[in-house]
Amino acid sequence: MKEFNIYITGVGGQGIGLLSQALLQAIDHAGLDAVAVDTHGLAQRGGVVASRIRFGEQVYSPLTMKHRSDLVLAMEIHEALRGVNTAVKDSGALVYLDVSWQPLPVRISGEKPMTNDDISKTCHARQVQVFRVESHKIPDPRMQNMAVLGTLAGHGLVRGVEKNHYLSALEAVLPEKIREANINLFESYMSV
Amino acid sequence: MTQPGERLIQPGAYNEMVMGNTAVVRAMVETQTRVVSSYPGSPTPEIAAAIRTISEEKRPFYFEFSVNEKVASEVAFGAALNGNLSCVFFKSVGLNVAMDTFVQFGLMNIPGGLVVVIGDDPGANSSQNEQDNRHIFKMARLTVFEPASPREVYGYYKKAAQLARIEQTAAVLRLTTHVCHARQKVSFDAYEPGENIFNADFDKANGPYIPITNLAIDLKRKSFHKLTRAAEFIRQEGLNTLDQGGSEENIGIIVPGMPYLSLKDVLALDDGFSPDILKLGVVHPLDFEVIKPFLQSHDTVLILEELDDIIEQQIKAFAQDEGISAKILGKTCDEDFIGEYTPDKVHDILFRIWPDRFVTAPVDVIPGIEVPARPAQMCPGCGHRSAFQAIKKALAKTDITVADIGCHTLGFLPPYEMGEVLMCMGASSGMASGLSLGNKDRRVVAFLGDSTFFHAGIPGIINTLFNRHNITLIIMENGTTAMTGHQDHAGGTIPVKEVLKGLGVEHVFSCDTYQQEVLTRQVTEAMNIDGLSVVIASHPCMLKFTRAQSKKPGYTRRHVNIDAAVCTRVHECVAVFGCPSFVLNDDGSVAVNKDLCIGDGSCRQVCPEQAIQY
Ligand SMILES: Cc1ncc(C[n+]2csc(CCOP(=O)(O)OP(=O)(O)O)c2C)c(N)n1
Repeated sequence: MKEFNIYITGVGGQGIGLLSQALLQAIDHAGLDAVAVDTHGLAQRGGVVASRIRFGEQVYSPLTMKHRSDLVLAMEIHEALRGVNTAVKDSGALVYLDVSWQPLPVRISGEKPMTNDDISKTCHARQVQVFRVESHKIPDPRMQNMAVLGTLAGHGLVRGVEKNHYLSALEAVLPEKIREANINLFESYMSV
Repeated sequence: MTQPGERLIQPGAYNEMVMGNTAVVRAMVETQTRVVSSYPGSPTPEIAAAIRTISEEKRPFYFEFSVNEKVASEVAFGAALNGNLSCVFFKSVGLNVAMDTFVQFGLMNIPGGLVVVIGDDPGANSSQNEQDNRHIFKMARLTVFEPASPREVYGYYKKAAQLARIEQTAAVLRLTTHVCHARQKVSFDAYEPGENIFNADFDKANGPYIPITNLAIDLKRKSFHKLTRAAEFIRQEGLNTLDQGGSEENIGIIVPGMPYLSLKDVLALDDGFSPDILKLGVVHPLDFEVIKPFLQSHDTVLILEELDDIIEQQIKAFAQDEGISAKILGKTCDEDFIGEYTPDKVHDILFRIWPDRFVTAPVDVIPGIEVPARPAQMCPGCGHRSAFQAIKKALAKTDITVADIGCHTLGFLPPYEMGEVLMCMGASSGMASGLSLGNKDRRVVAFLGDSTFFHAGIPGIINTLFNRHNITLIIMENGTTAMTGHQDHAGGTIPVKEVLKGLGVEHVFSCDTYQQEVLTRQVTEAMNIDGLSVVIASHPCMLKFTRAQSKKPGYTRRHVNIDAAVCTRVHECVAVFGCPSFVLNDDGSVAVNKDLCIGDGSCRQVCPEQAIQY
């Protein structure tokens, strides 16, 4: 495979770091040579943050090009749509958590917030497969990222990465205290 | 499994998926770097974070956060004079602060060797500009290694240290934001731990160390010799590499650092276009023994470099002198000097030059439904927000507010719009003083963070006193260097208030920013004083505090609620106080985002109806 590009996005403070770290480890455990990059700095204070992971035979920079991402993962509704508008390729896939962290212009200057409907319409028009992860079904908001990871693993959205790779990655990146609960939740989403 | 910090110091070889910034630390350990200093600034603070994963007893070197970049450079230089391999690291604009010291490094004989790691920020992701520090490295006549990936960061640090030791000089490792933050699996070598002994071998005979008049001229002469030998070192080590493409047309591209990776990605888009590439691992001095035959053997050579045309100018001048006939292409418009050379940007540039060679044309962002922007914001519970809410009430519309660097800079955004001009660290009192001159009607208020107070704020304050300027200075004290990830600063040992007292500032007020009415009163009073008045507006950084609390056993998160029966929808909480935890519903009602709210309650006093409750 020439390239496989993953774009992970959310709001600074949501902790997309653990999600990208776990996914990167899983890809590594699958024996693929990956490069990745996260957002650090100013944007971590409530701005838009993005991580990228890339692997394949002809992959060099960790930065992804516009509309060349096979998979977009988003931890928030507005950022899901922004990711679709800038990163995902036609007939790619989007996995998103349906929570909303209302952007400032919605609260103070009456801009229109985004909805699940906006996402499905946009994705439909571009043949992007959509997987919505419903936040209200997740027992603990701290494990939302596991639900997203479980969903993409369950649908085999990252080529060449299997269940055992995800599990061994989670063993490696999760602190012991929360490991079992997180892995249980991951597995419940994986088998849906 | 061993902890990350344990692995960084293990003598055996290992592989690990690491950030460029982490790779720096393994290289420090292997090269037996003995003294490391820094001042925090993106994109480099994760170097310090990686250092701190190694417990202090086991850490094979001394590390400090110095009070600013200039002092950090001096500490590392001093330690290297004693014969210890030393390293100082900081961000791009940190070099402006360190400049007076830094420009001397090329002149001095530094027995231990000194590695200066600088994180430039093309694209100004987290900086007030995107300055190209290669100008300054060139001026200081230092060798500059420019890695493209974490693997190269690790390898090039070791080369830089080797050169610095051999030549008893300083060498620069120039990183850029996405090299610092890239992650990749790196193979680390085995090493022999040394005895961790600090040398104290300073000897003025290794100098001269007093660069005055003709001595400075002699030292300058020597710096040229060092650079010539550095060019030889670079050649021997094979740091500039040829990547044979094999296209029929005789096209070559010279490219350093991360743009090399962007170029490779762009060339991989289509089959067929494969120019020869000369990748520069060292951007100063340029190795013309490698560059010359590359120019001679191609009809067209593109110099592809991020930010300024520093390599291009030198190569064009060289080609002119040598009578080389190759057509040399470089920057052609202002935009070529601006922003990061991402794969997308490099695609645009190559497509503009050789449109026929690409099947895949650059794409635009697909116009979908427009998503509201999401600027960075102060966190839920942030003391700076309460401060702005209170201070605003003490100001007239015409008063001028001057910002400084830190989380409180974000006050410039609506709904606060506090802090209308920003320059660089510590500049607020000086600017405010200038704005106050001859100005009778518009009062001037300056903001200053507590880490910045120690970094570069004090001279401005002394000047205000000494020249009797009429301003009110508000110190936004949160007990940490928050914006860059909560590094400790001198205020923990030397309270700001004591310093002000020592300086003889007569009018110093202070209160916790959650006491908004008190703060409004204090600022009102302070602004009626002629001359310098200072208000210390304190509250601990709530992001740091909440993170620490949440690690404690039995921690339960609290949050506020809106009592819908009491709420009259005046929207003071959501639109004026503007905590991101508040959600404005379509019907005008207000809700609380429980994932965001930390239950600090600083918002409760802003609601005229007392509708915000626990
Ligand atoms: C010369 C220089 N060094 C470092 C930085 C990076 N920097 C940006 S914000 C900041 C934090 C300043 O801390 P403080 O003054 O305490 O304000 P806080 O963020 O805590 O509100 C720093 C160090 C910079 N912009 N310029």
